[in-house]
Amino acid sequence: MSDQNTFLLDGEEIAFTPGQTIMQAARAAGKYIPHLCWHPEFKPHGSCKLCTVKVNGRFASACTTAAAAGLEVENRTAELDDKRRTMLQLLFIEGNHFCPSCEKSGNCLLQATAYELEMLTPHFDHFYPDRPVDASHPDVMLDFNRCILCSLCVQASELVDKKCVFVMGGRGMKGRKIIINSESGRLADTDFSVDDRAASICPVGVILKKRVGFAVPYGQRTYDKAPVSIVETEAAK
Amino acid sequence: MPFELETAPHPEKLKRVAIEPLSRVEGHGKVTILLDDDNHVQQVRLHIVEFRGFEKFIEGRPYWEVPVMVQRLCGICPVSHHLAASKAMDMVVGAKLTPTAEKVRRLMHYGQILQSHALHFFHLSSPDLLFGFDADVAKRNIVGVLAAYPEIAKKGVLLRKYGQEVIRLTAGKRVHGTGSIPGGVNKSLTAEERALLLKDIYQMVAWSREAVQLIKRLFEENLEFYNAFGRFTAHSMCLVRADGAMDLYHGGLRARRADGTTLFDHYDYSHYWDVITEDVKSWSYMKFPFFKALGSSEAGWYRVGPLTRVALCDFIPTPLADHERKEFLAFDDGRAAGATLGYHWARMIEMLHAAEAIKDLLHDDDIEGDELVTSGERRERGVGVIEAPRGTLIHHYRVDEHDQVIRANLIVSTTHNNQAMNEAIRVVARQYLDGHEITEGLLNHIEVAIRCFDPCLSCATHALGQMPLDVELLAADGTRLDRVVRDMRGLCHRE
Repeated sequence: MSDQNTFLLDGEEIAFTPGQTIMQAARAAGKYIPHLCWHPEFKPHGSCKLCTVKVNGRFASACTTAAAAGLEVENRTAELDDKRRTMLQLLFIEGNHFCPSCEKSGNCLLQATAYELEMLTPHFDHFYPDRPVDASHPDVMLDFNRCILCSLCVQASELVDKKCVFVMGGRGMKGRKIIINSESGRLADTDFSVDDRAASICPVGVILKKRVGFAVPYGQRTYDKAPVSIVETEAAK
Repeated sequence: MPFELETAPHPEKLKRVAIEPLSRVEGHGKVTILLDDDNHVQQVRLHIVEFRGFEKFIEGRPYWEVPVMVQRLCGICPVSHHLAASKAMDMVVGAKLTPTAEKVRRLMHYGQILQSHALHFFHLSSPDLLFGFDADVAKRNIVGVLAAYPEIAKKGVLLRKYGQEVIRLTAGKRVHGTGSIPGGVNKSLTAEERALLLKDIYQMVAWSREAVQLIKRLFEENLEFYNAFGRFTAHSMCLVRADGAMDLYHGGLRARRADGTTLFDHYDYSHYWDVITEDVKSWSYMKFPFFKALGSSEAGWYRVGPLTRVALCDFIPTPLADHERKEFLAFDDGRAAGATLGYHWARMIEMLHAAEAIKDLLHDDDIEGDELVTSGERRERGVGVIEAPRGTLIHHYRVDEHDQVIRANLIVSTTHNNQAMNEAIRVVARQYLDGHEITEGLLNHIEVAIRCFDPCLSCATHALGQMPLDVELLAADGTRLDRVVRDMRGLCHRE
């Protein structure tokens, strides 16, 4: 090791500053670790497990594990990408993800990550859960069919917007869900605004600004020109 | 116009022949024929055996999603659904399109007409027309055409490819693009894209003219047969422009009775339900539309599509296609224009019109404009009607105050032609099957009649040459008298 504050990521030396997680240090060094629930603006949630890496031979979430000198971290290995692909498949079958007519297509982190990890089929039987659409708000629509429970909307609404419009609630595979913090349970009955940070934080197609739809043509969407691994590392520069 | 062969009085005592699945059509369907002990035809039905359910699962979706979602009905003419839904949503958002938006959409639509008509004529129907309806089944396919008539097949393939390129550059993708949105389009053409299309358009016009001459020559060579095959009279309907011109993108509804008199003209399609309604039969998932004024599906059924459009318009607004229209209508004292096989001729005239229209649009600077979207007063209801390759296509939606679709009704082109196709195969069954031993070639006559309408039975992607066919002839007591099987390679053998 040439420097005390470095660790190895797939055999490559990565510098870090004390307090950084493996994810933060890798991103700062221009290295892509697949993730869904992690966002650079918010504290790590560690729920999607897509950023699972092997740290000195043991599985750990890159977004919640502190970088430390001398660690040997495996990231884009066949073994880990296989597991990530399976986790993605589970996310796809747990919700109702219909990419062909989803306006988030091309801008969706879940879809882009599935392309990155070469997920070709859902593999497992679909759950086809019965999830409602909340279109009550005049400017924003919520389509919970696509929710992956990343909790970014919860954090953005609470920490940035100071509104607590979204709350994670329920228990179990069918019960766990995002709840709207109003007596009626409808977005229209909250003080949510289309200008809130939470309105633009969703990595998938749950929180959508109304009447935008497919205004951006093919070729100009976020992931049309480069895969997510390139887009992410470019964004970190 | 009674449906004399629709339901036999005692079907349980009759032999049943089934063509299942139909081949060289879009989607899946079957034909059943009931014969008595002397092989006389007693009942013929075209069944549509799939249930799609789009109208139901569109409910609850936001209106701006619908033009993209609903085009998944079809892999062959998704542009038609894309545009019909967009036109309906234009009404919902109260938009009057900018010149750029309308012209880019028209370009997309003519590209669709060009590629779909080329696909149908060259890939699906030319094997019947060039080799004969009962020719060796091993050759009667596009591969056989490629071997025997390589120049014709090549031009067909390249015409389709060009149409797909027009779609790609206007909609974003060759299949299932997103170019048309409520109130306009999401892109116009760049100078490079325009130049790319201009490079080959004159060749496409020339090849389209050749295709018209080809079907005309086939008619001339076998005049009596072509005129008589599956011939029936019917009411008809299509869109026409305000001046009576053919307009495949927009216009008012024109309907003509079988005797040539006008039923309605320049009818505002936003109230189509005042002139058209639908009947349901227990043996098919496809509805039976009819003209309300004529009282019932038995009296009021009609046909749509290329033959109707070429016959009903006052003129075609591009010169080469209009010249061909006049020749077609005058040919053999107008008899070709009433022939079921005349659909092919009319289809090629429309393909020529589409190529000419693309050429004209490519010379219009508006297609490079940057005013793409407009909106106006929001409305609850939207109706979009377009002349799709196969005929009049109606999309009708109601959208609530939360922007969600609460009701959808789609009447697709093939649905309008449902009774017409049943009528055609009944005529053909009487003409060629009645009293004869069933052969593969004779059964193909039934399929040829259906193919004239270029039906899109499920609006689904077509699997060319991979559909096996198993036809059994059963006696009244259920014992098998005959069985003809077509295998995955398209080869037939009797078992």
